[in-house]
Amino acid sequence: MDEMNNEVVNTLPRLGSPAPQFEAVTTHGTIKLEDFKGSWLILFSHPADFTPVCTTEFVGFAQIHAKLREINCELMGLSIDSVFSHIAWVRNIEEKFGVKVEFPVIADLSMDVAKKYGMIMPGDSATETSRAVFVIDDKQILRAMVYYPSSTGRNMDEFLRVVQALQTSDKNGVATPANWRPGEKVIVPPPKTQEMAEERTKDSSFECKDWYFCKKDL
Amino acid sequence: MACVNADGTISATAKELLELVSEPYSVEDIAEKLKRPLYKVRVSLRELNEAGLIDKVNDKYIISEAGKEKI
Repeated sequence: MDEMNNEVVNTLPRLGSPAPQFEAVTTHGTIKLEDFKGSWLILFSHPADFTPVCTTEFVGFAQIHAKLREINCELMGLSIDSVFSHIAWVRNIEEKFGVKVEFPVIADLSMDVAKKYGMIMPGDSATETSRAVFVIDDKQILRAMVYYPSSTGRNMDEFLRVVQALQTSDKNGVATPANWRPGEKVIVPPPKTQEMAEERTKDSSFECKDWYFCKKDL
Repeated sequence: MACVNADGTISATAKELLELVSEPYSVEDIAEKLKRPLYKVRVSLRELNEAGLIDKVNDKYIISEAGKEKI
């Protein structure tokens, strides 16, 4: 493995840790990660501008942007392309698909941000970013991350759902089950003592399969 | 989103922001009053501050003399 690949592999971010800070040139001017303090952020990378799968994804991200803003979440894209390429591409998307891309896109020609976030997967491509997604909370902590290969377009609905689930967990001190959607029952943290386990099974406000598996309405 | 162009002229969004900070406001106040995301307000304020068009006093921003000449 060459030096660059070693560097890329060694700088993968970690869930629950502060998101790596950066300052980057974007389609909306120079932006620092810290500019997003107080709002959630979905930072995502794509392999290249003017490619078909990425175009469908940008249309998809633009279509969920308003819903994300309703829950105090912003979007920011990234690829190893110039800002002029990004500008031309988002204008082309608006012209050809009728969708306005209103979120900033980082022109990461130096790969500075891509390396900090481990967005380059040398086995997939050493010169392009993979389809990485990082959910960063309002305190700039990395809360979720997903990596897709360049061949597979992402499911936008899932990223909206992940942010909704994380915010629900933070607000209510609960977890969310598989395929959870807002409005559905949530999972109550399991009891930590034998006494609490006995009390839990007697509590009619919970829907319990067993002492460790209880759900409730919010 | 650049607020200050290379020729020294300012964008319409920058002008709107400069007009607002005739009295001191925090980032959060400005975002709420202009209905803009926090990050956009911070980027604009940084750029206007670096151009000398606004001053930062106790975490609040107010238009400078140079800024007044721009609007």
